[in-house]
Amino acid sequence: MRVLMFGWEFPPHIAGGLGTACYGLTRGLAYHGVKVDFVVPKVYGDEDQSQIKLHSAEEVEFSERRFSFGKFYEQMRYFEIGSNIVPYLSPEEFSILVGEDIDKDSTKTEKILGRKFRFSGKYGADLMLEVSRYAVVAAALAQELDFDLIHAHDWLTYAAGVAAKRATGKPLVVHIHATEFDRSGENVNQQVYNIERMGMMEADLVISVSNFTRQIVISRYGISPEKVITVHNAVEADEREREVYKKHLPEKIVTFLGRITYQKGPDYFVQAAVKVLQKDINVRFVMAGSGDMLNRIIHNVAALGIADKFHFTGFLRGPEVTKMFAMSDVYVMPSVSEPFGISPLEAMRSNVPVIISKQSGVAEVLKHAIKIDFWDVDAMADSIYGLIHYRALPRMFKNFGKAEVDNLKWDNSAAKVIQVYQKALELRK
Amino acid sequence: MKKVCIYFQVHQPFRLRTYRFFDIGLNHNYFDDYANRNYIRRIAERCYLPANQLLYDLLTKHKGKFKVAFSLSGTFIDQMLEYAPDVLESFQRLAKTKKVEFLAETYAHSLASLKDKAEFHAQIRAHTRKIEELFGYKPKVFRNTELVYSNQIGADVFELGFDGVLAEGAKHILGWRSPNFVYVNPVCPKQKVLLRNYKLSDDIAFRFSNQSWDQWPLTAEKYVSWLLNIESKEEIINIFMDYETIGEHQRSETGIFDFLRYLPSEILKHPQELEFVTPSEAIRQLQPISPISVDYPTSWADEERDLTAWLGNDLQQDAFNKLYEMQEFINNHPDSEIKKIYRYLQASDHFYYMSTKWFSDGEVHKYFNPFGSPYEAYINFRNVLNDFMLYTGFTCDVRHEVERLTKINRRQEEIIRELKHLLSINTKSTKKKTTTKAVTESIISEPKNEKSTPKKTVKKETPIAAKKTKTPTVKKSTTIKKSKDQ
Repeated sequence: MRVLMFGWEFPPHIAGGLGTACYGLTRGLAYHGVKVDFVVPKVYGDEDQSQIKLHSAEEVEFSERRFSFGKFYEQMRYFEIGSNIVPYLSPEEFSILVGEDIDKDSTKTEKILGRKFRFSGKYGADLMLEVSRYAVVAAALAQELDFDLIHAHDWLTYAAGVAAKRATGKPLVVHIHATEFDRSGENVNQQVYNIERMGMMEADLVISVSNFTRQIVISRYGISPEKVITVHNAVEADEREREVYKKHLPEKIVTFLGRITYQKGPDYFVQAAVKVLQKDINVRFVMAGSGDMLNRIIHNVAALGIADKFHFTGFLRGPEVTKMFAMSDVYVMPSVSEPFGISPLEAMRSNVPVIISKQSGVAEVLKHAIKIDFWDVDAMADSIYGLIHYRALPRMFKNFGKAEVDNLKWDNSAAKVIQVYQKALELRK
Repeated sequence: MKKVCIYFQVHQPFRLRTYRFFDIGLNHNYFDDYANRNYIRRIAERCYLPANQLLYDLLTKHKGKFKVAFSLSGTFIDQMLEYAPDVLESFQRLAKTKKVEFLAETYAHSLASLKDKAEFHAQIRAHTRKIEELFGYKPKVFRNTELVYSNQIGADVFELGFDGVLAEGAKHILGWRSPNFVYVNPVCPKQKVLLRNYKLSDDIAFRFSNQSWDQWPLTAEKYVSWLLNIESKEEIINIFMDYETIGEHQRSETGIFDFLRYLPSEILKHPQELEFVTPSEAIRQLQPISPISVDYPTSWADEERDLTAWLGNDLQQDAFNKLYEMQEFINNHPDSEIKKIYRYLQASDHFYYMSTKWFSDGEVHKYFNPFGSPYEAYINFRNVLNDFMLYTGFTCDVRHEVERLTKINRRQEEIIRELKHLLSINTKSTKKKTTTKAVTESIISEPKNEKSTPKKTVKKETPIAAKKTKTPTVKKSTTIKKSKDQ
C-alpha cells in the first residue's frame, strides 16, 4: 500500500505536537510495510528521511496541469482571512512568499503557476493564502505520484487532500489532531471551521485522535458517527540514551510545557501555583513554551507576587525538553480542550508524575495519571501538593507510569490506521 | 442433615470529605456528613428497612425454624445512631425475636489485626460492649473485617474467648477439601472455623441479576435444589454476604426480595435434609472434621482472596503504615474524641479506595469507590492524616516552629547588639555590670514565656516584627500571605 500524506510540519521543525505525531505515525506505518509519500510545505533538509519519502511542495513545477485544478482554486480564493486569530501562529512573522497574490485573473494565474512556489513552512499570518497554494500544489503533485490513498493531517492540509482527491479520484482519509473548538473555544474562526467541515465531509473516512475529539466531530461538524473512527496517538519509543541530568535547585519543580494559549489553560496553572505557594514555598513553577498568552501570564505572575518562584523558559526544543523533564518533579497539563496531548506521555517516560485535565484525549488511555477538571484549580493545587509531599506517589508512578507509556506504541496505532485505510478502500468497491 | 448458616455483613464507613492541603492546619472536620447521611438514608430506604421488615415477618412466621446472623460494624452503628434511629430500632426488633445472632468484629471495620494486637483487642472489646448495650446480646463468634483470617488472627481472638471464627473458604487454603464442614485452627485446637461457601454465596451476591449467567433467573426453588444436591455427608453450608446485597447491590426490581421471602419456606420444605443454624449453634453442634491451616491472611475479596485489595500497592502501604505510626501516641492521648476519629480513619474502606486493582478487574471496586482514582483517594487520605497528626500534636508544624525559632534568634541578636552598645557607652561607668545582668536575665526568661503563649498571638505579632528587621526568606512569604488575606 502506498499513501500520499499531507502534513504541515515534520520533525525537527515543529511548532506543536502535530509534527511529532506525524513522525511517529509514519514510522509505525513503515513498520507495517506501508509506503508513505509525505508532503510538507517546505523541506528544510535535515529531517529524518530514512522511513519515508519527503516531498517539498515547492519543488513541484506545474504549468500544463493548471486547468485540472483551476476550478478548485477558485473556491479557495474565498478562504482568505484576517491573520491575528490564526492558530499556531509562530512568533516569526510570515515573510517569504515569492509568488505574487493570486486572483481570478487568468493571465496572472498563469504567470504564478509557471513558477516555483516557495513556502515559508511556518504557521504565518497569511496562512489562508498558503493553505490555498498548498492545495494547488497538492493536486499537481498527486497527479505525478502513484499511490492508493490520500491521508491529510489537520485543517491546514484538508484543502490539499480534497484537491488531490478531486484530481485523482483516490479515497481520502482526514486525520483530526485538533478542531477549531479546541483552539479557540466557542469563538471559532468561521473560515477555518468551514475548511475543517469541508474536509470531513469530502473525506471517505475521518480519524480522530480520541473519543473526546470524535464527539466534537460528530456533534459540532455534523459528521456521521459511522464515518469517524478513533485512533489514539502513541509515543515514539525512546532509543536515545537518557542523559542523567542533575538538578541543582533544592526545591521541587512543577512544570507546564506547551504552547501558552487559551487551549492549554496556562492561567489555571498560575492559579494553582499561587495556592500551592501559600502553603509551601519550597516549590518552583516553570512555564515552558511560547504563545499569544505569554505576556499576559507574565503580568499575572508579577502582579500576584510569585515571580521569584515562577519561571519562564520560552520555547524548548528536543534536548531541552528532555532536560526540563529530567528536572521536573511534577508535570501539569491543564488543557481546556486537548484532542490528545502527547507531552504527558513524554513526561511519564522520564518518570515524571503527571496531572492531566479530564478534557483531554490522553486521559482516555492513561490510568497512572492524576486526572482533574481543568477549571478545578483546588484539585490541581491539591494534586501538586500531594505529589511533592507524599513519597509513595512518585514511587507508584515510577513503577507503573513508564511501563504504561511504553505500551502505547505507534506500531499499534499505525495498525489501526491501516484498518481505516482498508475500510476506505473497500468502501470504494 | 445439612445445616444452612446465613450471615449478613452490615457496614458503612465514615467517608472522608474532599480535604485539600490548604485545609491542613485550619479545618479538622474530616468526614463528609452530608454524603454519609445520604448514603445511610438511601440504603436504609432500599435495603435496611424493607429487608429488616421482611426478615422480621419470616422469623415470626417460621417460629424459630428460620435463623440468621448479623455483624454490624461499629462505624455503621454510630451512623445509625446519628442518621437512622429507625434502622436501629428495626434491628433491635429483630434481636428481640431471639433467633438473630450478632457477631463480634472490630469496631472500626479496621485491619488492626494485621498491625497491632492491642488495638485489635481494644476494638473488639469496644464493639462487643456496644452490641451488648444496644441489643442485650453478647457476641460469641468472631468475624474479622472482610473475613480476613489466619491462624494467628484466630489465636489472637481466642485470647478474648472466641471459640468460633468465620473465614473465607478460599480454594488455595482448602485445596481438594470442601468448605461444607467445620474445621479447627491448628494453633489453638479448641477454636472452630466456619468457612464461607463462596460459590453459593456469590450466586446470590454477585450473579443473582446477571442475565448472561446461564442460571438466570435464580429462584428460591432452584437454589434449594442446589443445596439438596450437595453430597449428603457434608454438614454445613455457610452463606455469607453483604446485607446491602438485598435491595442495594441487587435492586428490588431484580426480584431479590421475593427470593429472600421464599428461601426459608423452600428450605423448610425439606425438614429431613436441611435446617437453619446460627454460627454459634453450628459451632456447638458440629464436630470438626480436621484442622485447617492458614499461614497467610486470607479475605473474601476479589479472585485472589488475599489482602491485595487493601494493601496491594505502595500508596496503600504507605498510608497504612503512616496511620499506625500514631498508634502508641493515640493510646496515651487523653481525648476520647481524638481516639474516636483515629478509629474511624482505620476503616478498611479508605485503603480499598486506593486500590489500583480495579484498573484490570474491578466493577466491584468501581461501584464502591467515591473517588475518581486511587491517586485522589490517597492524596485525600494523606491530607487528612497530615492534619490529624498536627491537630493531635503528633507532629509539629514546621512553619510554626521555624517562626518561633527565628523569633528567638532575632531577639537574641537584638539583645547582643544592645549589650555591645551598652558596653561601648559604659566602659568607664561602674553601673555597667548591673545593667547587663538585668538584660541577660530577660533573655533567659523570655523564650520560656513564648512557649506558653498560644499560637494565635504569635501569629499576629509576626508582621510587625517582620517590618522591623531583616527577615529570613521563610518569614517573608508568610507575611506576604498574611497581608494578602487582609
